[in-house]
Amino acid sequence: MAAERVCNNRKGIIRKAFLAAFPKTIPIMMGFLFLGMSYGFYMKVSGFSFVYPLCMSLVIFGGSLEFVTVTMLLGSFAPVQTFLMALMIQARHLFYGIALLEKYKGTGVKKAYLIFGMCDESFSVNCATKVPEDVDKGWFYFFVTVLNQSYWVTGATLGGILGSFLTFNTEGLDFVMTAMFVVIFLEQWLKEKKHYTALIGVFVSAACLVIFGAESFLIPTMICILCFLTVFRKPIEKAGGLL
Amino acid sequence: MTVWQEIVTIGLCALATMLTRFLPFFVFRSDKPTPKYIEYLGKALPGAIFGMLVVYCLKNVNVLNGSHGLPELIAIAAVVVLHLWKRNMLLSIGGGTVCYMLLVQSVF
Repeated sequence: MAAERVCNNRKGIIRKAFLAAFPKTIPIMMGFLFLGMSYGFYMKVSGFSFVYPLCMSLVIFGGSLEFVTVTMLLGSFAPVQTFLMALMIQARHLFYGIALLEKYKGTGVKKAYLIFGMCDESFSVNCATKVPEDVDKGWFYFFVTVLNQSYWVTGATLGGILGSFLTFNTEGLDFVMTAMFVVIFLEQWLKEKKHYTALIGVFVSAACLVIFGAESFLIPTMICILCFLTVFRKPIEKAGGLL
Repeated sequence: MTVWQEIVTIGLCALATMLTRFLPFFVFRSDKPTPKYIEYLGKALPGAIFGMLVVYCLKNVNVLNGSHGLPELIAIAAVVVLHLWKRNMLLSIGGGTVCYMLLVQSVF
């Protein structure tokens, strides 16, 4: 009897957390299904079976990097460049982690998955939402994270499968990646008062591209960006151009 | 690339990602302040990295020959205008991509 009550109680807690978390993720569902499907299409027209977007969205679960990985897979094998590029693109997670240290404390075994599945969107929901007193916060964070990842995996896999049925001319569909990064860059630009870091990123990359060529400009670019940001730290911070 | 090289490439991306996600929980403690330089990089890097990624997407555009990068330029302008107008990410990405596809398929 007692065991049964505990069990029902636990179910109640989980259901309550799910009902609190799901509505928060609906806007993200729209975005992830759309972007995920575009990513799946993009992989398909690049010649990869739907198994690729399925596996990549499960183990990497980072939109920007997954798009870039497609380009990497199409090029020649360059493990060092791949690893450094992935680190630079994903470096922002370090700061999400720092911001969530306190919040994710005491969430038990779920914590490992919360960290594994921490993307921009789950971070912003979990960081910005004040979980109601009567809702278990561990389960709330868990559902936000798992729902978001399931939208992305569903979108990416569907895109990969439906991609085989595309009958129109898909030439130029790969521009979806460029368009996505332009939009993210623009959003970043609109948020900043001064644009030093954005300009450093664009001009350093363009200069390295001209000097080193399309195949090998990434590593020098990343090193130069870090150097510039470090050397000009004082003026950049002083200008207050950062968020 | 062979299948194994593909698996290694994807694995390295996953490994690097997990490193960035798990590291703070092992290295930093919530009761101690984060090093200032790390905090600075956290704010300064994203702007620069997304700038780099835009250039990365355009790395194979040849401005000297062929269509001189005009379809890319026009489509990026379309993305920017759409985005400043409606501020809707999906519309900007979708609209820009359709614009680019029309340009490369029927104009250039």
